Amino acid sequence: MPDVILKAEELVKHYPIKTGVVRRTTGKVRAVDGVSFELHRGETLGVVGESGCGKSTLGRLLMRLEEPTSGHLDFDGVDMYAQKGRDMDRMRRDIQIVFQDPYTSLDPRMTVGDIIAEPFKIHPDVVPARKRKERVRELLDLVGLSPEHINRYPHQFSGGQRQRIGVARGLALNPKVLILDEPVSALDVSVQAQVVNLLDHLQRELNLSYVFIAHDLSVVRHISDRVAVMYLGKIVEIGDDAQIYEHATHPYTQALLSAVPVPDPVVEESREQIVLTGDVPSPANPPKGCRFHTRCWKATEKCKTEVPLLQLRGDGQGQHLSACHYAEALK
Amino acid sequence: MTDLTDMNKESESQARIADAMTAPSLGIEEPQPTIPADALEDPAPQPVPDLQTVSEERSLMQDAWITMRSRPLFWISAALIFVFLLMAAFPQLFVFSGRTPDWSDLDKARMGPDSVAIFGYDLQGQDIYVRTIYGARASILVGVCTALGAAVIGVVLGTLGGFIGRFLDTLLSRTADVFFAIPLLLGGILIMYTFRTTAESPYFVVVFKVVMALSVLGWPNVYRLMRSSVMQVKPSEYVMAAKALGANPLRIIGSHIIPNAIAPVIVVSTIDLGSYIATEATLSYLGIGLQAPAISWGIAISDASAIGYVRNAPHMLLFPSLFLSLTVLAFIMMGEVVRDAMDPKLR
Amino acid sequence: MSDSEHLLEVNDLHVEFRLRDGIAKAINGVSFYLDERETLAILGESGSGKSVTAQAIMGILDSPPGFVTGGEVLFQGTDLEKLSPKARAKYRGPKLSMIFQDALSSLNPVFPVGWQIAEMFRVHQHMNRSDALAKAITLMEKVKIPAAKERVRAYPHQFSGGMRQRIMIAMAIALDPWLLIADEPTTALDVTVQAQIMDLLKELQEESGMGLILITHDLGVVASVADRIAVMYAGRIVESSDIRPLYANPLHPYTKGLLESVPRLDQKGQDLLAIGGLPPNLLAMPAGCPFNPRCRYAFDKCRAGEPPASEEIEPGRTAACYLAGRLEGAHA
Repeated sequence: MPDVILKAEELVKHYPIKTGVVRRTTGKVRAVDGVSFELHRGETLGVVGESGCGKSTLGRLLMRLEEPTSGHLDFDGVDMYAQKGRDMDRMRRDIQIVFQDPYTSLDPRMTVGDIIAEPFKIHPDVVPARKRKERVRELLDLVGLSPEHINRYPHQFSGGQRQRIGVARGLALNPKVLILDEPVSALDVSVQAQVVNLLDHLQRELNLSYVFIAHDLSVVRHISDRVAVMYLGKIVEIGDDAQIYEHATHPYTQALLSAVPVPDPVVEESREQIVLTGDVPSPANPPKGCRFHTRCWKATEKCKTEVPLLQLRGDGQGQHLSACHYAEALK
Repeated sequence: MTDLTDMNKESESQARIADAMTAPSLGIEEPQPTIPADALEDPAPQPVPDLQTVSEERSLMQDAWITMRSRPLFWISAALIFVFLLMAAFPQLFVFSGRTPDWSDLDKARMGPDSVAIFGYDLQGQDIYVRTIYGARASILVGVCTALGAAVIGVVLGTLGGFIGRFLDTLLSRTADVFFAIPLLLGGILIMYTFRTTAESPYFVVVFKVVMALSVLGWPNVYRLMRSSVMQVKPSEYVMAAKALGANPLRIIGSHIIPNAIAPVIVVSTIDLGSYIATEATLSYLGIGLQAPAISWGIAISDASAIGYVRNAPHMLLFPSLFLSLTVLAFIMMGEVVRDAMDPKLR
Repeated sequence: MSDSEHLLEVNDLHVEFRLRDGIAKAINGVSFYLDERETLAILGESGSGKSVTAQAIMGILDSPPGFVTGGEVLFQGTDLEKLSPKARAKYRGPKLSMIFQDALSSLNPVFPVGWQIAEMFRVHQHMNRSDALAKAITLMEKVKIPAAKERVRAYPHQFSGGMRQRIMIAMAIALDPWLLIADEPTTALDVTVQAQIMDLLKELQEESGMGLILITHDLGVVASVADRIAVMYAGRIVESSDIRPLYANPLHPYTKGLLESVPRLDQKGQDLLAIGGLPPNLLAMPAGCPFNPRCRYAFDKCRAGEPPASEEIEPGRTAACYLAGRLEGAHA
């Protein structure tokens, strides 16, 4: 049995929609609508989905940057949402986040040294005051930046370098889990690989567990041990690399995979593409039954009324968790 | 207005800005020698070596400073402000004739400039030059204190409203709207008329009253700006990151929100400062602000603008008005220069 | 138009941005051509000059600070650079047109989309209001916007990102241009929508025979749609080639590096060979080849003097590298 470090149970986050002068609640956006998964120690769980699927909200729930509407989150045996004040702050040492946009995630008025040292000011007992500067230099070195850059400001760095600073800040308190919210999608292609390699290296070095949230399936495949696919606030399929990328059973996963272009014209020519029609429906008013039925080529009457559960379903070889009544791997 | 060329122009400006921005922003990205492709695979990655010596450590403020100092307008307004501040603090430095503002020679009343009194004499035969120099104190004091007062009230309330939001925000915003609806001058007249000052009131009490009256009327301007600025900064990812680290709200406000949200307030307060000085002069002119024996440009202008004097002794009106206009102009120009320099879109 | 003439031919184009901190040479001698029915991909990272090239062709460079300092842009044999701004403006719309990455900011938020499309006909073809609106509906149907008749009066914010990009495309093709430049048309979109938009562009091209320039940073998107590809780095085309051989056997170390550094969906566990370092500062370009500080193969000659000139290595393939075509044997 693998060692579970983070366990989400039926996480729900609804945002009320308020309209009119009196701000009456007239509806709700179901950003995350019943998400459960486990993260094992030392592994990377990829979370993929299109914009509006709730993956970023999920990331924020895992960090408790947002209070959930309902659900449980178990971190290393402790119920995170039941923690208060000081206990919660303590817990934050163990789980940290790296944001997508390296241009907005660093305070432009602070030097790099101050940004990376901020965690120590908030948690003064982690590193004694006189050793902080040294620790900041160590962290800069760890993420591949020159410790001499300590007095520079974020705008003097390129996107990739800034993202390294963000990672250094995330690692300052020696966390066990790092939530990576689209950490490379704002970066140039040639720089993406540098950051991906850095993350790979840090994971091995520091025995970190990652939740890697991204929309780029190729990057997710590269870095993840297991992958969860989200659609309109729900996980539609979750499994290890081969189960998702070779034997996907949910039509949405299949369509998503087929839409990703491969940088190889020879492969591209022979590849069958499933082109989905239409757009993702609004999470304020998700379709009844299976949420994907409005865009699904397999949809039947059953899909329109009955919500398919995320459960073990066969993929032709074994079985993995999938939320489709007609789960079946493509031939 | 939406034919292709125009439309493209509009839309392309985005793209062009984006690209134009990438070009200068590259100026920040140092050309660096190769990091071996496998460096990051090593147990201890090589620090990215630094070739760049050109890019010294510059904060955004320093960048703003570099932009500002290349503009003549900045130096002109800075010089003017410096002179006026000095005048307010040490008026005796500017008086070479040895005359005090109380000195008078009724024989010389309303006489034009002579070799000693280069601006001429007023109704009481007092030296207009000396009185104008000494008048700076009241104007500058009122202007600076009001701007500070309005900024403090506006920043505190604006931060609270923008950061906490909900009911507090609604309450504060509606209150601000009420005050905002009262014109500065009208409100000033009303307040000063209700809480009258007499000629016997001590100087600082009168100044304090004017400052209070104008601050109470001026803060909504700062409040609205600060509130919207805070609301822009609040959802930033760096604020999120601080929250994720477990920073308490006070720390977040103090070290992230206010430093990043305050720039527009500084600009607007500088510009407003000019209008406070003008309002103080107007109130004094109307006889409900500062009153003689206090010396102020407003009083001087008021005394000089009676019918008959304007035509016969225009110098009495000219010089205090000139100083007043220059001071107001200097602060407004400074505000504009600072705004241009701090606007990141122009960089 | 004679047979020997290309639809578009760009010769030795130079563009510079005159900035506070100095002169940034955004484009340094870019040359390429495009024929009808052909798709050319211009691939590059941010700051490579790919968008500036497009803007220079369109004649919409932000000037100042941007200035075209040399070269010619021959469209059907006419040098656009020699035309007056007014004459040039007449080309935009009926002859060449462009779509952008961010469809939301490219559309005017206060007018209905149908009205904005119709405006094209009203201005360029002096059509009356109802005819123009009818044409707008036809166009919206052509770019496959469902329920076009009902949505012609809707405002841009009422459409999804993919639909807005379709509206932009509708406006761009309204006057049947010969050449369409698409600047990162799918970058802001989700993958499933990306595929739809690329399919649409391909289809429209087949129908009208227009030339298509696709500007992108995504090696994957290019692979499925482009006929030829030009790779840009620091304001130069470092490699230009037919699509297939480029992927199979890149000639320039930068292209090779890019291909090795992107993770592929169809492969697991390959190591990503990152290109170290950063793109050069356009204000302080390194001597010699602009790629030399990041190049695995660089040797003394690369680090001094003028950058290597672009040379034909194989028929239809050019590259600007001393080692072009010999990378496999070269010492890495």
